[in-house]
Amino acid sequence: MGRLGKTIAVIGFGVLVAFGQAEAKNNIVIDGSTTVGPLAKSFAAYFTKKYNVAITVSESGSGNGAKSLINKTCDIASMSRSMKPQELVAAKSKGVNPVNNVAALDGLAIVVHPSNPVRSLTTAQIADIYKGKISNWRQVGGPNAPIVVIQRESNSGTQESFKELVVGKEVPVTKNAETQASNGAVKNRVSLTRGAIGFLGLGFTDASVKKIAVNGVMPNPVTVKNGTYPLSRPLFFVTNGQPTGSVKQFVELPKTAEGKRIITELGFVNKY
Amino acid sequence: MNGEDSVATGRSSAFVVTAKKRKIQQITRKIGESALFLVAATVAIIVIFIFFFVARDAVPFFEIRGFREFFTSSDWYPADDPPRFGAWAIIYGSLMVTAGSALIAVPMGIAAAICLSDVIPFSVRQYVKPVIEMLAAIPSVAFGFFALVILAPLLQNYGGPILMWTWWIIASPFLLLAVIVLSELVSMSIQDDKHRKIAQRMYVSFFGLIALILLFFVGNNLQKIEIMTGTNALNVSIILSFMALPTIVSVSEDALQAVGRDLREGSYALGATRAETIIKIILPAASSGILAAVILGIMRSLGETMVVWMASGNASHIPDPWFNYLESVRTLTATIAGDMGEADQVTGSARFHVLFAMGLLLLVISFISNFISERIVVRQRKILSGQ
Repeated sequence: MGRLGKTIAVIGFGVLVAFGQAEAKNNIVIDGSTTVGPLAKSFAAYFTKKYNVAITVSESGSGNGAKSLINKTCDIASMSRSMKPQELVAAKSKGVNPVNNVAALDGLAIVVHPSNPVRSLTTAQIADIYKGKISNWRQVGGPNAPIVVIQRESNSGTQESFKELVVGKEVPVTKNAETQASNGAVKNRVSLTRGAIGFLGLGFTDASVKKIAVNGVMPNPVTVKNGTYPLSRPLFFVTNGQPTGSVKQFVELPKTAEGKRIITELGFVNKY
Repeated sequence: MNGEDSVATGRSSAFVVTAKKRKIQQITRKIGESALFLVAATVAIIVIFIFFFVARDAVPFFEIRGFREFFTSSDWYPADDPPRFGAWAIIYGSLMVTAGSALIAVPMGIAAAICLSDVIPFSVRQYVKPVIEMLAAIPSVAFGFFALVILAPLLQNYGGPILMWTWWIIASPFLLLAVIVLSELVSMSIQDDKHRKIAQRMYVSFFGLIALILLFFVGNNLQKIEIMTGTNALNVSIILSFMALPTIVSVSEDALQAVGRDLREGSYALGATRAETIIKIILPAASSGILAAVILGIMRSLGETMVVWMASGNASHIPDPWFNYLESVRTLTATIAGDMGEADQVTGSARFHVLFAMGLLLLVISFISNFISERIVVRQRKILSGQ
């Protein structure tokens, strides 16, 4: 929600930053993924308190983060996927050299309504549900009820990762799939809709939705970190060139003890 | 001569403006006029500029992809590889929710307008009208939140009973009317008064039974419907109709008021009842104004973005069957809002320009509708002024 407002705010702030660049860099602008958003915000709060550096965090989707970085309106693009080839080409043409700094690891949890008796699905079954080949819960051992497929908008890095990990990049998702704008919106719809299936960053799941085991493996910090959970992905803080100064301090937070504590607290998984 | 001269000079000092003063007056008038003209022209130029810039970015899409896919295919996969830009399902979704909201808002709005202008006392109207107009002041995101968090779960959990009760409430008065009219019509040919009354009563009970069975049968079937997803075309239509209502009520009430006392009093003087006056005199006289109000209300529904983006479910498909309001749909406005972030010039040209093509389509539709409603209002003014 309010993506436009956020984008405008980011652009506005970007202009301010551009004009104020002659002075020493004591503020950082972060834009991008709604999945990385909570992590970026918690890091920012901690960082501001410790180093007295003002940080602006916007959540408008990984695509927007990449765009902002390419247009040099942000210092760090928080992304739940790596840059696409076209984005890399665009970055090069504008003299931007994107560097991926891993912020944390995240599992893509497949979630259903708590009343749904289905406990486990294979990646093939999930793919078939999202392709529209399976349209009733009965076909995967559930009750006789149509499946309400919920996906994210095309702007979402979570959507990109999901397609890459499960459905396949070139395969279209069923036209009946509903589209929601954020992890929170997906969780809300799934928690209120009996036949719904959706996917969320692991950190966003709570008791209002039911996580499903994928290929028999439940998503949790252990299975994500050791790679047994099939739908795992790294989250990035992408910077223009090797980070320096306060930006470097910020992207290296995940390696510090306090950073690790914040990551675990938010339900993400430490890489380091 | 001398005396006259002195009178003339006396006048000139008192009333005639000197050449210098006149010049200053002329210049200030010119400045004032041109400033006002500039403001008016700016507004017009802004509209032309918007149209121009949207069109400028929309044309490349049609150059790259042609018209056929956009208007006929319903494969909307802008992010896939290869991308597909079939917008027919999205155009259809826009039309569907607009039609749905019009179906709810137009009868309600006109009825409310009639009630405000001709039924309730003037003092009550003074309080009620501002309250209805308050609806227009509620931000659309608040409507969207209501649709998503309250109406959608309500439809999912109690969809069947809600549909049944709606059917009962809407259908009962109409069926009652139909039963009475039908029995009157059928028994009209009977000459004898006494026999006709008996026959009428029998017909009423006969048709009434059929109507009751119909009410129960349809209601029962509606109750069995389970709405799988609450973020659907029905949800959006309901909310959009609330948003279109203040426009329709306010503008059609103005049109009804504009009919004037003379026509109303003339009608009463000829012995017409209030119902006859409203239906046969006032409504026809105000019809073009009401039509303009309806078009304005429909434009409000077509252009609304936030509510649709939050509450329509955004599934880019044509519902099956095509009139199924219980499935989620996607609209042009929601697609522009939702896909804007990703579709930058630097990352993919067709994907960027297709959103402008959609914007252009919306602009064209609203220009045509505005033009029509403008014509209608002009026509009504001519009719009412007796030309």
